[in-house]
Amino acid sequence: MKISISQIIAFSFVVFFLSILWLGLKNNNNYDTKSLIGNKISNFQLSSIHNNEFISDQVLKENKFTLINFFASWCAPCRAEHKYLLNLSNENKEIKIIGINFKDKKNNAISFLNELGNPYNFVAKDLDGKASILFGIYGIPESIIVNNELIIIKKIVGPIDQKQYEEILRLIQ
Amino acid sequence: MSLKKIILLIYILLITSLFADNNKFEVLEIYKNLRCLICQGQSIADSNSDFAATIKLVVQDQINEGKTKDEIYSFLISKYGEWIVYQPTFNKNNFLLWVLPYLAFILGGLIIFLIVRKNKHNQAQ
Repeated sequence: MKISISQIIAFSFVVFFLSILWLGLKNNNNYDTKSLIGNKISNFQLSSIHNNEFISDQVLKENKFTLINFFASWCAPCRAEHKYLLNLSNENKEIKIIGINFKDKKNNAISFLNELGNPYNFVAKDLDGKASILFGIYGIPESIIVNNELIIIKKIVGPIDQKQYEEILRLIQ
Repeated sequence: MSLKKIILLIYILLITSLFADNNKFEVLEIYKNLRCLICQGQSIADSNSDFAATIKLVVQDQINEGKTKDEIYSFLISKYGEWIVYQPTFNKNNFLLWVLPYLAFILGGLIIFLIVRKNKHNQAQ
């Protein structure tokens, strides 16, 4: 049987496309933020939910590690992770915790902290959610750990659980 | 009010509305090219989710600050990665994605050319 050049080209093309499709199916297409680890966080300035004080990225440079946690009183998983934040705050002085209250009412946020305890060194407000975009947040709870050079070393999407809590401890030791 | 003034007023109003529509069109184009990360196959333009609403606010703010479309995309890519935009930027990782359609077009043309030439050759014989 004689095989023409066009048949070889067509066959190679089909094989190539099928390989691309197979590779595409093999890859995980779910969005994750792993690629953002190693990036520097943006400059920011946020005001406190308690008073007129501000916090900026410059303040975080003074901490060896900072955990930035996005939470809200209306977020049920935030309640679940709160005990781990309290443990982290009570048992480890290497890390400071900044809470960013996301699209919440001031009174509800304060009641939430009074009820469950306040693990945060500073609680900032993000009334319209715009600040969350600066940190690459797309849902809450989410947490970011940065070092004193403001580089993201860990990003936790969803509530912190026992496994992640242990990972954080390992990371900051 | 003289006729000249009325015509001038209408002209200014038309120009302003044209500019406003262009701006609206550009904003919509940006929304359409941004993926809603928490939705199933929806763009920011199509989604009413909380995340989409926040992204719309940020994009609108950046447009008001005079940022260009590319600057807005770069900002969001730096925060969420390349996945946030539907139209990926040209780089070594997605080189094939950009080149493949042109390659397919050229090779397809070549195959058609070879088939036509062969048929003509056969007919001539």
